[in-house]
Amino acid sequence: MSAPGPGSSAAPLRVFLVDDEAPARERMREVLADLASELPNTVVGEASNGHEALLGLPARPADVVLVDIHMPQMGGIEFARHLAALEHPPAVVFVTAHDQYAIEAFEVNALDYLLKPVRAARLAAALAKARAAGGVRRDAVDRAAAQSGQVPRRFFSVTERGRILLVPVSDVIYLKAELKYVTAHTAAKDHLLEEALTSLEQEFGGAFVRIHRSCLVARQRIRGFERITDQDGEGAGWAVILDGSAERLPVSRRQWPLVKGLAVG
Amino acid sequence: MDRVAILSQNGVPDALPDFRNLGVAARILVIVNLAAFVAAAIKASTLPQLADEFLEIALVVEPVLLASLALLWTASPLLARLPYLVGLAIVSVAVLWLTAGAQFVRARVDAEPLQIIRSGSFALLLTALLAGYFHLRNRAFSPALAEARLQALQARIRPHFLFNTLNAVLSLVRKDPRRAEGAIEDLAELYRMVMADAKNLTTLARELDLTRQYLNLEQLRLGPRLAVDWQIDDAPRDALVPPLLLQPLVENAVYHGVEPGAGPGRIEIAIRRERDKVHIRLANPYHVEHQHRQGNRIALANIRERLALHFDVEATMQSGVNGASYEIRMVMPYRRSGTAPAGERAAA
Repeated sequence: MSAPGPGSSAAPLRVFLVDDEAPARERMREVLADLASELPNTVVGEASNGHEALLGLPARPADVVLVDIHMPQMGGIEFARHLAALEHPPAVVFVTAHDQYAIEAFEVNALDYLLKPVRAARLAAALAKARAAGGVRRDAVDRAAAQSGQVPRRFFSVTERGRILLVPVSDVIYLKAELKYVTAHTAAKDHLLEEALTSLEQEFGGAFVRIHRSCLVARQRIRGFERITDQDGEGAGWAVILDGSAERLPVSRRQWPLVKGLAVG
Repeated sequence: MDRVAILSQNGVPDALPDFRNLGVAARILVIVNLAAFVAAAIKASTLPQLADEFLEIALVVEPVLLASLALLWTASPLLARLPYLVGLAIVSVAVLWLTAGAQFVRARVDAEPLQIIRSGSFALLLTALLAGYFHLRNRAFSPALAEARLQALQARIRPHFLFNTLNAVLSLVRKDPRRAEGAIEDLAELYRMVMADAKNLTTLARELDLTRQYLNLEQLRLGPRLAVDWQIDDAPRDALVPPLLLQPLVENAVYHGVEPGAGPGRIEIAIRRERDKVHIRLANPYHVEHQHRQGNRIALANIRERLALHFDVEATMQSGVNGASYEIRMVMPYRRSGTAPAGERAAA
């Protein structure tokens, strides 16, 4: 996205609103309108959850996104993590009614946040700060997410030609590390993720299990195991049978004792 | 209640238990029979002898026990109105009389004057033991303790709710000042009721009003996402219930069942009376992935505890996932205002 630099003082600041409560979005519009003479701004769009916002943002590029934290489908923190994957991400300011853990996490990571109900003066300060700081940074959000005790993401994000493609975590059958990347295999397609397998294992330890140094599989997909012989013909090992994939992935000797009891269905 | 309460050191008024409560009667039965067994064990030296001795004792104890329970059941409302020590004295004298009476009937069969003194002291000892037990139990569930927990729950009307509601009201101030006024009035009344002295039982009608006010405010910010299905045509509006029985559970239903859903979420509130029981059922959509939102169990445990405090074993509470919805079912005895027996007053 090559949006004109937000620094140019003539152009009004483009703001995108994300909140699941319509009255909250309306209130934010009112306060932004009150600020317009002091800080020229325009609301370019709004969405009622993070997922909707990721779909809507590319068509209506913004300089700042004001985003609620607790929202159905995709909350503010997960939204910010996916957003950070963009080449020129907008700045993110979180708006929350009361979320002690999240607030602590933001303070530590110097991400800006506002408390509802939002005061005009506080909003003006946050917008000015966000404009100066520029786009949201992935590492900061990731750390904030970890510290706020957030649940694992519900989507993997893949950037394709400046767009964010969301892959539901529940669609992924297995994750495989190949050279620099991790590939997420779904029944329909494979996706490249720019993340390390170890951090994925940490985040999704409940849903995925490591069967090999380079492979995590979805627990729910494990249907059984079958004996295979190594390529060099030396000794037999086990391979996992997965629901939705014809691939037979080898289980390493080290992981076998942990994995063998996991077959479901 | 202008009853003269004898205050013990920590301010818990002593009171006789509610003898019409099933749990109280069951406890008395168990404890007395255990004591009879212990007495038999002391007297006996061999196992067959033990059975004989127990039968011997039971022959005296059981008629007295059952007669005492029947008498206490009848006299319970009367006893509740008397000062604790007077009530206790009356109960002791009544038990003594019943024991003496039973021995007198037996004495005609095989006379033994010592028996009357012996079983009389046994009965008095047991009465004192039971009085001590109920006294301790009363203190363990002391109002001070219950009140503290209640206050903890009250504080838990989620700050999240207050701030979000204030924000929603702010959005109305310019556009629709009248609705904003109404919402602020609702909010004031809701908090007044939540902060009110919540020691005594309240009526179901009042609980329903409180819950409706709360839901009005939630509707303001959630709009069409919140649908409430009231099935309360057969609800006994005069039934006595612990205060803040419904609102915290409905708040949970909104927080766990409606807010995490993108589409409309429906909350069902069904209340009916079946003979002498009040049945309450709450259902809300269940979101597996949102179980990390904490707070549910605290409110449930708190309400379970208060139900036990007010109704002992006569109230039950069950919760669980039923298909795509989460359900809470409560059953409690139907008591109307003005007819509350002693147990409530002691505990409340």
